Amino acid sequence: MAKFSIDPGAVLDGFTIGECVHRGGMATLWTVTHPGITMPMLMKSPRVSEGEDPAAIVSFEMEQMILPRLAGPHVPTCFGTGDFARQAYVVLERIPGKTLYERLNDLPIPYEEARIIGGKIATALADLHRQNVIHHDIKPSSIMFRASGEAVLIDFGLSHHDQLPDLLQEEFRLPYGTAPYMAPERLLDVRDDPRSDLFSLGVLLYFFTTGERPFGESETLRGMRRRLWRDPHPPRKLRPDYPPWLQEIVLRCLEIEPVWRHPTASQLAFELAHPEQVKLTGRSERLTRDPLGTVLRRRFNRGLSQPKAKSDVAAQLASGPIVAVALDIVEGAEALNEALRVTAEQLLATLPNARLACVNILKLGRITIDRTLDEQGNNKHIDRLVALRHWASPLRLDESRLTVHVLEAVDPASAILEFADVNHVDHVVIGARQNSFVRTLLGSVSAKVAAEASCTVTVVRPPRLAAASAQQDGYEVDAAEA
Amino acid sequence: MLLAIFTDIHANRQAFAACLAAARMRGAERIVCLGDYVGYGADPEWVVETLMDLVERGAMAVRGNHDSAVSTHSETMNAEAQVAIEWTRGRLSAVQRRFLADLPLVRQEDDRLYVHSEASQPARWHYIQGAAEAARSLVATDVHVTFCGHIHRPALYSMSSTAKMTSFVPTSGVPVQLLGGRRWLAVLGSVGQPRDGNPAASFAMLDTSSNEITYCRVPYDVETAADRIRKNGLPPWLADRLLVGR
Repeated sequence: MAKFSIDPGAVLDGFTIGECVHRGGMATLWTVTHPGITMPMLMKSPRVSEGEDPAAIVSFEMEQMILPRLAGPHVPTCFGTGDFARQAYVVLERIPGKTLYERLNDLPIPYEEARIIGGKIATALADLHRQNVIHHDIKPSSIMFRASGEAVLIDFGLSHHDQLPDLLQEEFRLPYGTAPYMAPERLLDVRDDPRSDLFSLGVLLYFFTTGERPFGESETLRGMRRRLWRDPHPPRKLRPDYPPWLQEIVLRCLEIEPVWRHPTASQLAFELAHPEQVKLTGRSERLTRDPLGTVLRRRFNRGLSQPKAKSDVAAQLASGPIVAVALDIVEGAEALNEALRVTAEQLLATLPNARLACVNILKLGRITIDRTLDEQGNNKHIDRLVALRHWASPLRLDESRLTVHVLEAVDPASAILEFADVNHVDHVVIGARQNSFVRTLLGSVSAKVAAEASCTVTVVRPPRLAAASAQQDGYEVDAAEA
Repeated sequence: MLLAIFTDIHANRQAFAACLAAARMRGAERIVCLGDYVGYGADPEWVVETLMDLVERGAMAVRGNHDSAVSTHSETMNAEAQVAIEWTRGRLSAVQRRFLADLPLVRQEDDRLYVHSEASQPARWHYIQGAAEAARSLVATDVHVTFCGHIHRPALYSMSSTAKMTSFVPTSGVPVQLLGGRRWLAVLGSVGQPRDGNPAASFAMLDTSSNEITYCRVPYDVETAADRIRKNGLPPWLADRLLVGR
């Protein structure tokens, strides 16, 4: 087949080439149009003339394989790909605006803004990881934002897809990527751990909130390898007003061993969404780096520098779900709450990385003006938080795995569904109301949650005491998944 | 066109029937068989008869080492395989034996090569154990994709334009695009005697228009297949290994 040359006006596989908008080291970008597609599009084609870095070709091949498989708001939509046999290209949705790289002149940015940006990126990573892809090049220039606010990840040339051949695996002698953001395990040729992306996001958050890169800008292998044993200066040393919860999150992302980082991007997003509930450890207070003895032990402890066995991205994500238990804290709900605790206990026993969010709905009247204080003048909101913690205490969960939430809402089912959605909850555990009169009157909250949730839902009932109740209960959703 | 590719059927009627049905359900328009139709299993007559029928209706087939061993006594094989081959020889008709002996070692169609073991020395029955052996096979041809079996464990290798190799254990049911810029060696898992720890029968589908290969796994009636091996007095290990996929 004849080679094709990309020029304005030319037509390739139905795409009409417009203007060239970017000429980079690895690829060229053109605007394109296609009859029947209204979305603005870009055609990306690799630079593959003689003498070019073979990395450009391999990276392009990875994008060619991975991009058509991705979906959702956190990636650009892919409209077509072309092979090297004629003219290599991918056609992608054009995301308007600039990348996060534009913000480099504004550093450091306010903590609150960093928290919001970080949360958006963590959410995007969670969505990517769920699609079996590790980005491996998280840095300001690979992040854009939609007008609606979601982060969009671009540039998948260094990515790893757990279910596709990894073409970069043996292509390069040195780990390939952006040195300041690269996770330490990447220097040991580990390419299948999604927590490598959390490390890079940690670097970005550190940089954006302090103005300093935690591991400098060294591009040499020797300089990069230092991060295998040398921890960065705690942000509080650079900025005394650094919030402890943020230092806790950032330093956890930057842990040398992936296992000490957040188990999943969803859990990191959850922490960034609920800073007041971040469990503060010694990390949050530190002002100095690890003592030399610790560093030397890491430096010469060979066990640390051995590559780990292959991990399975999906299995790893599944081991760290976010479980939400919806609890009713009213008189007479003891039996049901006990049954919920037993179910939660069974779930958490098998999932050491899971975290539990206990949710209670403070129901607001549709018409009446609700008061924060009850008749006795107690704060209802705080009372319920205390009650939730009390419910969870027999589970003996480490505080870093437990959060409590009181949501004020008119419609409890919608509030639970929204909470599950916003917080990327993997599994909702909810009790079924036993009093059939109330259920008839108000409709079943559990039935609505089970029917409409986008995640797994378990509906729990207390053990039956008498056979007679079986008939009354027959219409409730069976304890099952949605 | 949608191709269904089978290899290492090894006289396992239950597995082959299940794979043929699965391929039909996925819309297979053409069938390719990469050899070792007999040996180990208890239903060589049915398998060869089915194969002859498929070939008559346009399927493509090459010969494997067990098929060769039916008529040529010189093959070096382990004791159990040898017992099974001698038993097989007595079961097949002269016409069926002739059919197997006459199959070619290699077939090429468009930009695809089909061979039982590997392409550098097809008659020597080398195993593709890793990237080094895969590279040796790939440099021996200039086709875009080579399909082979023989090792009973699925794998997918590629060689870049700069001769760098990648290796990959495919996920069943997930299509992989065989990119045009590199050359590929698709090693298929076995229909009738999987050895990768998964007892389900293995085959692959290739969509020639999108150049996507999908490795497939099909659960089948392993107990009956194993039972038939025992009842016919074949070495019991040949039955046991089917149950565990080793």
